[in-house]
Amino acid sequence: MCLECGCGQGHDDTHAHSDDDDHDHPHRHVEVQQSILTANDRIAERNRGFFKAFGVFVLNIVSSPGSGKTTFLQKTIEKMKDKVRFGVIVGDLETDNDARRLRTTGAPVVQISTGTLCHLDAEMVARAVEEVNPKNLDILFIENVGNLVCPSGFDLGEDLRVALLSVTEGEDKPLKYPPLFRFVDTVVVTKVDLSMACEFDRKSALNNIHLVNPKAKIFEVSAKTGQGMDSWCNYTMNLWSQHSPKL
Amino acid sequence: MLPHGRLVMHEVGIMQSALEIAEQQALAAGAKSIHEIRLRIGQMTGVVPEALEHAFAILKDGTMAEDACLVVDYVPAVCWCPDCQREFESSGLFCVCPDCMTPSGDVRRGRELEIISLEVDE
Repeated sequence: MCLECGCGQGHDDTHAHSDDDDHDHPHRHVEVQQSILTANDRIAERNRGFFKAFGVFVLNIVSSPGSGKTTFLQKTIEKMKDKVRFGVIVGDLETDNDARRLRTTGAPVVQISTGTLCHLDAEMVARAVEEVNPKNLDILFIENVGNLVCPSGFDLGEDLRVALLSVTEGEDKPLKYPPLFRFVDTVVVTKVDLSMACEFDRKSALNNIHLVNPKAKIFEVSAKTGQGMDSWCNYTMNLWSQHSPKL
Repeated sequence: MLPHGRLVMHEVGIMQSALEIAEQQALAAGAKSIHEIRLRIGQMTGVVPEALEHAFAILKDGTMAEDACLVVDYVPAVCWCPDCQREFESSGLFCVCPDCMTPSGDVRRGRELEIISLEVDE
Protein backbone atom coordinates (compact mmCIF):
# COMPACT_ATOMS: atom_id res chain seq x y z
CA MET A 1 0.00 0.00 0.00
CA CYS A 2 1.30 3.43 -0.92
CA LEU A 3 1.37 5.42 2.29
CA GLU A 4 1.43 8.74 0.48
CA CYS A 5 -1.90 8.45 -1.22
CA GLY A 6 -3.25 5.08 -0.15
CA CYS A 7 -3.51 4.00 -3.76
CA GLY A 8 -2.63 0.38 -3.18
CA GLN A 9 0.66 0.49 -5.08
CA GLY A 10 4.10 -0.04 -3.63
CA HIS A 11 6.82 2.56 -3.89
CA ASP A 12 8.98 1.76 -6.86
CA ASP A 13 10.30 3.47 -9.96
CA THR A 14 7.16 2.88 -11.96
CA HIS A 15 4.91 4.51 -9.44
CA ALA A 16 4.16 7.91 -10.90
CA HIS A 17 4.13 10.02 -7.78
CA SER A 18 6.64 8.18 -5.61
CA ASP A 19 9.40 10.63 -6.38
CA ASP A 20 7.13 13.59 -6.52
CA ASP A 21 8.30 15.92 -3.76
CA ASP A 22 5.25 18.09 -3.44
CA HIS A 23 3.05 15.00 -4.00
CA ASP A 24 0.61 16.54 -6.41
CA HIS A 25 -1.76 13.72 -7.10
CA PRO A 26 -1.33 12.93 -10.78
CA HIS A 27 -4.48 10.86 -11.27
CA ARG A 28 -7.25 12.35 -13.33
CA HIS A 29 -10.88 11.80 -12.43
CA VAL A 30 -13.19 10.37 -15.10
CA GLU A 31 -16.89 10.35 -14.29
CA VAL A 32 -18.65 7.30 -15.77
CA GLN A 33 -22.03 6.71 -14.02
CA GLN A 34 -23.11 3.75 -16.11
CA SER A 35 -24.81 0.46 -15.42
CA ILE A 36 -22.32 -2.41 -15.48
CA LEU A 37 -24.74 -4.74 -17.17
CA THR A 38 -25.58 -2.25 -19.92
CA ALA A 39 -24.30 -4.63 -22.59
CA ASN A 40 -26.36 -7.56 -21.28
CA ASP A 41 -29.46 -5.41 -20.78
CA ARG A 42 -29.19 -4.06 -24.31
CA ILE A 43 -29.04 -7.54 -25.79
CA ALA A 44 -31.88 -8.65 -23.49
CA GLU A 45 -34.07 -5.82 -24.80
CA ARG A 46 -33.18 -6.81 -28.34
CA ASN A 47 -34.17 -10.41 -27.54
CA ARG A 48 -37.45 -9.19 -26.06
CA GLY A 49 -38.27 -7.21 -29.18
CA PHE A 50 -37.31 -10.12 -31.39
CA PHE A 51 -39.55 -12.54 -29.48
CA LYS A 52 -42.41 -10.08 -29.48
CA ALA A 53 -42.15 -9.66 -33.24
CA PHE A 54 -42.64 -13.41 -33.65
CA GLY A 55 -45.38 -13.53 -31.00
CA VAL A 56 -43.33 -15.85 -28.79
CA PHE A 57 -44.02 -15.80 -25.05
CA VAL A 58 -40.78 -16.45 -23.15
CA LEU A 59 -40.37 -17.86 -19.65
CA ASN A 60 -37.05 -17.93 -17.79
CA ILE A 61 -37.09 -20.81 -15.30
CA VAL A 62 -34.67 -20.52 -12.39
CA SER A 63 -34.08 -22.76 -9.39
CA SER A 64 -31.46 -24.70 -7.52
CA PRO A 65 -30.14 -27.94 -9.03
CA GLY A 66 -32.49 -30.87 -8.50
CA SER A 67 -35.67 -28.88 -7.94
CA GLY A 68 -37.36 -30.68 -10.80
CA LYS A 69 -37.16 -28.12 -13.62
CA THR A 70 -36.77 -30.65 -16.40
CA THR A 71 -39.61 -32.95 -15.33
CA PHE A 72 -41.84 -29.95 -14.67
CA LEU A 73 -41.22 -28.59 -18.18
CA GLN A 74 -41.57 -32.02 -19.76
CA LYS A 75 -45.02 -32.50 -18.20
CA THR A 76 -46.09 -28.93 -18.97
CA ILE A 77 -45.23 -29.40 -22.64
CA GLU A 78 -46.91 -32.80 -22.83
CA LYS A 79 -50.10 -31.40 -21.32
CA MET A 80 -50.39 -28.48 -23.71
CA LYS A 81 -48.59 -29.53 -26.89
CA ASP A 82 -51.81 -30.06 -28.82
CA LYS A 83 -52.68 -26.39 -28.38
CA VAL A 84 -49.31 -24.68 -28.18
CA ARG A 85 -46.05 -24.95 -30.10
CA PHE A 86 -43.19 -25.10 -27.60
CA GLY A 87 -39.45 -24.63 -27.81
CA VAL A 88 -36.85 -24.99 -25.08
CA ILE A 89 -33.40 -23.55 -24.49
CA VAL A 90 -31.57 -25.49 -21.78
CA GLY A 91 -28.54 -24.13 -19.98
CA ASP A 92 -26.33 -26.58 -18.18
CA LEU A 93 -22.74 -26.66 -17.03
CA GLU A 94 -22.06 -29.99 -18.72
CA THR A 95 -23.95 -32.91 -20.31
CA ASP A 96 -27.04 -32.79 -22.47
CA ASN A 97 -29.14 -35.14 -20.29
CA ASP A 98 -31.81 -32.52 -19.64
CA ALA A 99 -32.01 -31.64 -23.34
CA ARG A 100 -32.39 -35.30 -24.28
CA ARG A 101 -35.21 -35.78 -21.77
CA LEU A 102 -37.00 -32.70 -23.09
CA ARG A 103 -36.64 -33.81 -26.72
CA THR A 104 -38.87 -36.79 -25.95
CA THR A 105 -41.77 -34.30 -25.91
CA GLY A 106 -41.17 -33.59 -29.60
CA ALA A 107 -40.43 -29.91 -28.97
CA PRO A 108 -37.28 -28.39 -30.48
CA VAL A 109 -34.61 -28.17 -27.78
CA VAL A 110 -31.35 -26.25 -27.91
CA GLN A 111 -28.68 -27.04 -25.38
CA ILE A 112 -26.28 -24.36 -24.17
CA SER A 113 -23.32 -25.86 -22.32
CA THR A 114 -22.08 -23.00 -20.22
CA GLY A 115 -18.89 -24.84 -19.24
CA THR A 116 -17.75 -23.12 -16.10
CA LEU A 117 -20.28 -20.31 -16.20
CA CYS A 118 -23.02 -20.56 -13.63
CA HIS A 119 -25.80 -18.66 -15.42
CA LEU A 120 -27.13 -17.85 -18.87
CA ASP A 121 -26.77 -14.35 -20.26
CA ALA A 122 -28.68 -12.52 -22.97
CA GLU A 123 -25.97 -13.07 -25.58
CA MET A 124 -26.07 -16.87 -25.17
CA VAL A 125 -29.84 -16.80 -25.60
CA ALA A 126 -29.54 -14.59 -28.67
CA ARG A 127 -27.20 -17.11 -30.27
CA ALA A 128 -29.28 -20.16 -29.28
CA VAL A 129 -32.61 -18.78 -30.40
CA GLU A 130 -31.62 -18.91 -34.06
CA GLU A 131 -31.57 -22.69 -33.72
CA VAL A 132 -35.13 -23.09 -32.38
CA ASN A 133 -36.74 -21.26 -35.29
CA PRO A 134 -38.94 -18.74 -33.43
CA LYS A 135 -41.31 -18.44 -36.41
CA ASN A 136 -42.72 -21.83 -35.48
CA LEU A 137 -43.05 -21.19 -31.74
CA ASP A 138 -45.72 -19.91 -29.37
CA ILE A 139 -43.99 -20.41 -26.03
CA LEU A 140 -40.27 -20.65 -25.35
CA PHE A 141 -38.99 -22.00 -22.07
CA ILE A 142 -35.48 -21.08 -21.04
CA GLU A 143 -34.31 -23.58 -18.45
CA ASN A 144 -31.58 -21.63 -16.69
CA VAL A 145 -28.55 -23.22 -15.07
CA GLY A 146 -29.50 -24.72 -11.69
CA ASN A 147 -28.27 -22.04 -9.32
CA LEU A 148 -30.06 -19.86 -6.81
CA VAL A 149 -27.66 -16.97 -6.78
CA CYS A 150 -26.23 -16.02 -10.13
CA PRO A 151 -29.09 -15.96 -12.66
CA SER A 152 -30.97 -13.29 -10.71
CA GLY A 153 -28.99 -10.37 -12.11
CA PHE A 154 -29.13 -11.34 -15.76
CA ASP A 155 -32.10 -10.33 -17.87
CA LEU A 156 -32.42 -12.68 -20.84
CA GLY A 157 -35.27 -10.84 -22.53
CA GLU A 158 -37.96 -13.03 -21.02
CA ASP A 159 -41.59 -12.04 -20.42
CA LEU A 160 -41.99 -14.01 -17.23
CA ARG A 161 -39.44 -15.17 -14.68
CA VAL A 162 -40.42 -18.26 -12.73
CA ALA A 163 -38.61 -19.70 -9.71
CA LEU A 164 -39.07 -23.33 -8.73
CA LEU A 165 -38.86 -24.42 -5.12
CA SER A 166 -39.11 -28.12 -4.38
CA VAL A 167 -40.49 -29.30 -1.07
CA THR A 168 -37.30 -31.34 -0.59
CA GLU A 169 -35.27 -28.14 -0.35
CA GLY A 170 -37.03 -26.93 2.77
CA GLU A 171 -39.37 -24.07 3.43
CA ASP A 172 -36.65 -21.55 4.32
CA LYS A 173 -34.99 -21.49 0.86
CA PRO A 174 -36.62 -18.15 -0.10
CA LEU A 175 -35.16 -16.61 3.05
CA LYS A 176 -31.71 -17.94 2.31
CA TYR A 177 -31.65 -16.76 -1.30
CA PRO A 178 -33.93 -13.73 -1.38
CA PRO A 179 -32.49 -11.96 -4.45
CA LEU A 180 -33.57 -14.78 -6.71
CA PHE A 181 -37.06 -15.21 -5.25
CA ARG A 182 -37.62 -11.48 -4.97
CA PHE A 183 -37.20 -10.69 -8.63
CA VAL A 184 -39.47 -13.33 -10.13
CA ASP A 185 -43.09 -13.04 -11.20
CA THR A 186 -44.10 -16.54 -10.23
CA VAL A 187 -42.98 -19.19 -7.77
CA VAL A 188 -43.84 -22.83 -8.40
CA VAL A 189 -43.56 -25.16 -5.40
CA THR A 190 -42.71 -28.55 -6.92
CA LYS A 191 -42.77 -32.20 -5.78
CA VAL A 192 -45.68 -31.57 -3.43
CA ASP A 193 -46.38 -35.32 -3.48
CA LEU A 194 -43.30 -35.62 -1.24
CA SER A 195 -44.47 -33.02 1.28
CA MET A 196 -45.36 -35.53 3.97
CA ALA A 197 -42.16 -37.51 3.64
CA CYS A 198 -40.09 -34.31 3.85
CA GLU A 199 -42.16 -32.85 6.67
CA PHE A 200 -42.51 -29.79 4.50
CA ASP A 201 -44.13 -26.93 6.39
CA ARG A 202 -46.40 -25.56 3.68
CA LYS A 203 -47.72 -22.60 5.62
CA SER A 204 -44.29 -21.39 6.55
CA ALA A 205 -43.02 -21.87 2.96
CA LEU A 206 -45.83 -19.76 1.50
CA ASN A 207 -45.24 -17.21 4.21
CA ASN A 208 -41.53 -17.04 3.41
CA ILE A 209 -42.20 -16.59 -0.29
CA HIS A 210 -44.68 -13.85 0.53
CA LEU A 211 -42.18 -12.19 2.86
CA VAL A 212 -39.53 -12.00 0.17
CA ASN A 213 -41.87 -11.34 -2.74
CA PRO A 214 -45.39 -10.20 -1.77
CA LYS A 215 -46.47 -9.91 -5.42
CA ALA A 216 -45.42 -13.37 -6.58
CA LYS A 217 -48.09 -15.64 -7.99
CA ILE A 218 -47.66 -19.04 -6.34
CA PHE A 219 -48.46 -22.51 -7.68
CA GLU A 220 -48.11 -25.83 -5.87
CA VAL A 221 -47.61 -28.78 -8.18
CA SER A 222 -46.44 -32.33 -8.54
CA ALA A 223 -45.31 -33.06 -12.08
CA LYS A 224 -45.33 -36.75 -11.13
CA THR A 225 -48.95 -37.05 -9.97
CA GLY A 226 -50.25 -34.12 -12.01
CA GLN A 227 -51.53 -32.27 -8.95
CA GLY A 228 -51.79 -28.53 -9.57
CA MET A 229 -50.52 -28.83 -13.15
CA ASP A 230 -53.85 -27.79 -14.72
CA SER A 231 -53.89 -24.57 -12.83
CA TRP A 232 -50.29 -23.78 -13.84
CA CYS A 233 -50.95 -24.67 -17.48
CA ASN A 234 -54.08 -22.50 -17.62
CA TYR A 235 -52.16 -19.61 -16.16
CA THR A 236 -49.39 -19.96 -18.76
CA MET A 237 -51.93 -20.34 -21.53
CA ASN A 238 -53.76 -17.17 -20.47
CA LEU A 239 -50.57 -15.16 -20.30
CA TRP A 240 -49.57 -16.38 -23.73
CA SER A 241 -52.93 -15.47 -25.28
CA GLN A 242 -52.78 -12.00 -23.72
CA HIS A 243 -49.23 -11.64 -24.99
CA SER A 244 -50.13 -12.65 -28.53
CA PRO A 245 -53.68 -11.38 -28.99
CA LYS A 246 -53.46 -11.74 -32.75
CA LEU A 247 -53.60 -15.53 -32.40
CA MET B 1 -11.60 -17.67 -19.16
CA LEU B 2 -10.55 -19.24 -15.93
CA PRO B 3 -9.03 -22.72 -15.75
CA HIS B 4 -11.60 -25.41 -16.39
CA GLY B 5 -13.06 -26.96 -13.29
CA ARG B 6 -13.51 -23.78 -11.33
CA LEU B 7 -17.09 -22.57 -11.29
CA VAL B 8 -17.33 -19.01 -12.54
CA MET B 9 -19.74 -17.06 -10.40
CA HIS B 10 -21.72 -14.07 -11.60
CA GLU B 11 -19.21 -11.72 -9.96
CA VAL B 12 -16.85 -12.62 -12.79
CA GLY B 13 -19.33 -11.61 -15.46
CA ILE B 14 -20.07 -8.39 -13.62
CA MET B 15 -16.38 -7.60 -13.17
CA GLN B 16 -15.62 -8.45 -16.77
CA SER B 17 -18.28 -5.98 -17.97
CA ALA B 18 -17.06 -3.33 -15.51
CA LEU B 19 -13.50 -3.69 -16.79
CA GLU B 20 -14.63 -3.43 -20.41
CA ILE B 21 -16.53 -0.22 -19.69
CA ALA B 22 -13.59 1.14 -17.66
CA GLU B 23 -11.14 0.51 -20.51
CA GLN B 24 -13.44 2.10 -23.10
CA GLN B 25 -13.95 5.17 -20.94
CA ALA B 26 -10.26 5.48 -20.05
CA LEU B 27 -9.28 5.26 -23.71
CA ALA B 28 -11.89 7.83 -24.65
CA ALA B 29 -10.45 10.12 -21.96
CA GLY B 30 -6.99 9.73 -23.48
CA ALA B 31 -5.57 7.88 -20.48
CA LYS B 32 -2.73 5.38 -20.55
CA SER B 33 -3.70 3.40 -17.50
CA ILE B 34 -6.37 3.13 -14.85
CA HIS B 35 -5.43 3.76 -11.26
CA GLU B 36 -8.74 3.26 -9.53
CA ILE B 37 -12.19 1.92 -10.43
CA ARG B 38 -15.13 2.93 -8.27
CA LEU B 39 -18.31 0.84 -8.34
CA ARG B 40 -21.70 1.15 -6.71
CA ILE B 41 -23.24 -2.22 -5.79
CA GLY B 42 -26.65 -2.68 -4.22
CA GLN B 43 -27.24 -5.18 -1.45
CA MET B 44 -30.10 -6.82 -3.37
CA THR B 45 -27.87 -7.91 -6.24
CA GLY B 46 -26.54 -10.85 -4.25
CA VAL B 47 -22.99 -9.85 -5.16
CA VAL B 48 -20.47 -11.23 -2.66
CA PRO B 49 -17.76 -8.59 -2.02
CA GLU B 50 -14.97 -11.15 -1.62
CA ALA B 51 -15.93 -12.87 -4.87
CA LEU B 52 -15.97 -9.53 -6.67
CA GLU B 53 -12.51 -8.63 -5.40
CA HIS B 54 -11.22 -12.05 -6.32
CA ALA B 55 -12.64 -11.69 -9.83
CA PHE B 56 -11.04 -8.27 -10.14
CA ALA B 57 -7.64 -9.58 -9.03
CA ILE B 58 -7.75 -12.26 -11.75
CA LEU B 59 -9.33 -10.32 -14.60
CA LYS B 60 -7.35 -7.08 -14.39
CA ASP B 61 -4.14 -8.77 -15.58
CA GLY B 62 -3.16 -7.54 -19.01
CA THR B 63 -5.73 -4.73 -19.03
CA MET B 64 -5.29 -0.98 -18.58
CA ALA B 65 -6.36 -1.57 -14.99
CA GLU B 66 -3.54 -4.01 -14.30
CA ASP B 67 -2.24 -1.92 -11.37
CA ALA B 68 -5.56 -0.43 -10.39
CA CYS B 69 -7.34 -0.70 -7.10
CA LEU B 70 -11.04 -1.39 -6.73
CA VAL B 71 -13.26 0.74 -4.55
CA VAL B 72 -16.83 -0.40 -3.99
CA ASP B 73 -19.62 1.63 -2.41
CA TYR B 74 -22.20 -0.85 -1.17
CA VAL B 75 -25.77 0.46 -1.13
CA PRO B 76 -28.18 -0.90 1.46
CA ALA B 77 -31.62 -2.02 0.30
CA VAL B 78 -34.33 0.60 0.70
CA CYS B 79 -37.97 -0.40 0.28
CA TRP B 80 -41.27 1.45 0.23
CA CYS B 81 -43.98 0.58 2.74
CA PRO B 82 -47.39 1.02 1.06
CA ASP B 83 -49.17 1.17 4.42
CA CYS B 84 -46.97 3.72 6.17
CA GLN B 85 -46.28 5.58 2.92
CA ARG B 86 -42.60 5.86 3.64
CA GLU B 87 -39.23 4.39 2.71
CA PHE B 88 -37.33 2.17 5.10
CA GLU B 89 -33.93 0.57 5.06
CA SER B 90 -34.24 -3.18 5.16
CA SER B 91 -32.32 -5.20 7.66
CA GLY B 92 -30.55 -8.02 5.89
CA LEU B 93 -32.12 -8.96 2.59
CA PHE B 94 -35.75 -8.82 3.69
CA CYS B 95 -38.01 -5.90 3.11
CA VAL B 96 -40.32 -5.85 6.10
CA CYS B 97 -41.43 -2.48 7.39
CA PRO B 98 -39.97 -2.07 10.90
CA ASP B 99 -43.05 -0.14 12.06
CA CYS B 100 -46.01 -2.13 10.75
CA MET B 101 -44.22 -5.40 9.78
CA THR B 102 -45.78 -5.36 6.28
CA PRO B 103 -43.58 -7.14 3.71
CA SER B 104 -42.79 -4.91 0.76
CA GLY B 105 -42.00 -5.92 -2.78
CA ASP B 106 -41.25 -2.37 -3.81
CA VAL B 107 -37.47 -2.13 -3.72
CA ARG B 108 -36.46 1.48 -4.29
CA ARG B 109 -32.69 1.12 -3.90
CA GLY B 110 -30.30 -1.77 -3.57
CA ARG B 111 -30.24 -3.24 -7.09
CA GLU B 112 -27.44 -0.97 -8.32
CA LEU B 113 -24.67 -2.46 -10.41
CA GLU B 114 -22.91 0.67 -11.59
CA ILE B 115 -19.52 1.94 -12.46
CA ILE B 116 -19.29 5.40 -10.94
CA SER B 117 -15.89 6.79 -11.88
CA LEU B 118 -12.27 6.14 -12.65
CA GLU B 119 -9.00 7.68 -11.61
CA VAL B 120 -6.70 7.47 -14.61
CA ASP B 121 -3.07 8.24 -15.38
CA GLU B 122 -2.03 10.14 -18.49
